[in-house]
Amino acid sequence: MLSKRIVSCLDVRDGNLAKSVKFVNTKDIGDPVSTAKRYYENGIDELVFYDITASSDKRDIMLDVVSRVAAQIFIPFSVGGGLRSVDDCKKVLLAGAEKVNVNTAAVARPELISEASAAFGAQCVVLSMDVLAVPKSTSITSGYEIVTHGGRTRTAMDAIAWAKRGEKLGAGELVVNSIDADGTKEGYELRLTRMMAEAVGIPVIASGGGGTPEHLYQVLTEGKADAALVASILHYGEYSIREVKEYLKKKGVPVRMT
Amino acid sequence: MISIIDYKAGNLTSVKRALDFLGIECTITGEANVIRKSQRIIFPGVGNAASAVPVIRERGIDSALAEAFRAGTPILGICLGTQIILSRSEEGDTECLGLIKGNVARFNLSDPSLKVPHMGWNELLIRQKHVLLKDVAPGTQMYFVHSFYPLPSDASAVIAECEYGITFPCAIGARNLFATQFHPEKSGPAGLSILKNFAAWEPEKC
Repeated sequence: MLSKRIVSCLDVRDGNLAKSVKFVNTKDIGDPVSTAKRYYENGIDELVFYDITASSDKRDIMLDVVSRVAAQIFIPFSVGGGLRSVDDCKKVLLAGAEKVNVNTAAVARPELISEASAAFGAQCVVLSMDVLAVPKSTSITSGYEIVTHGGRTRTAMDAIAWAKRGEKLGAGELVVNSIDADGTKEGYELRLTRMMAEAVGIPVIASGGGGTPEHLYQVLTEGKADAALVASILHYGEYSIREVKEYLKKKGVPVRMT
Repeated sequence: MISIIDYKAGNLTSVKRALDFLGIECTITGEANVIRKSQRIIFPGVGNAASAVPVIRERGIDSALAEAFRAGTPILGICLGTQIILSRSEEGDTECLGLIKGNVARFNLSDPSLKVPHMGWNELLIRQKHVLLKDVAPGTQMYFVHSFYPLPSDASAVIAECEYGITFPCAIGARNLFATQFHPEKSGPAGLSILKNFAAWEPEKC
């Protein structure tokens, strides 16, 4: 039986782990590769590196991070942040990433999804979306709107409609990040995640709000997610990957034990 | 020296990176003559059988592989490489190399909640002892990304299976050939053990 995946997300700025992530294990501050390697050795199923470097002339630093990860970590990982063209995507794939993650650039220019999918295959293209709960309206019938720039920019796009369009354009997977739940550690947005999982035929990775193993259990069962993205609960050292997986396994969720 | 066959299908460098990490010498090549003379061959690939097979024939990689197989050279197929080793693929109804008799079928699953491609970690159900799997503990999961799967005509070619709505072969082999539908190079330490064992594999001469 296919396992539900636990995916860890690492934000990288100028080649360092972003300062907003407060690590308990201080010796690892600053190096995304050693943290990723520790997660790999502890049984994480997949990794996402998100480049939040502000200036584009420092993009090559990220490529160096990607190639260092690829040289020592042998599970799938995706890279996102600042990928605006097929050429940008190609660079991170050649550096060793398994998949590319597009978000704002795809909202601005949806053809980026189809171009990347045609060039590298749908399995390589992950469409990430930041979603805000809003009152239902004629343009946003689901009550969920796509936002960009960390929630500051509204797009007036219906999130479910965007997900279906993304799938049609050739995305192979969706990351659905709830802006409302993000950072709360009060649980994933189950209703949104389930609506997404039922609307598309590609895997859905739930993101935002995971604070306890119980939250992961909820989103992987009731929320119908194929995978759950975790950040702070691992980064803060509150739970180990093994603890999370043992909890899920005990509750009957298929997970990969190492 | 291990040759990793390049036929412009997907990211071959991930296999090379894994071998580099293990300290195993290898080279990426699309030259039939280099492949013919290799001590070992890895035939990887991600993508579409219908577009890959013409490239393989045009470059003479098909006959180089067939000769190497007959000569007893250890060969490891991965993902699309594994599918192309069989006789025919449903993907674009493509005639393939036929090193192992059988077909490649598309997942046609009755359960609508099972998504295609089959993507993620799934358990290897070992059906036959094989030296390349000697370090893979029962219950180990491997990483898969695929919509098609190999179906050898001869059941004795099935070395391991996997379950996804149906039970399908995910590791097949005959003599000096071993081929996986999953990605050993993306399957963590358990996957790497297969690559390591392949580099030392001495199949019995026939």
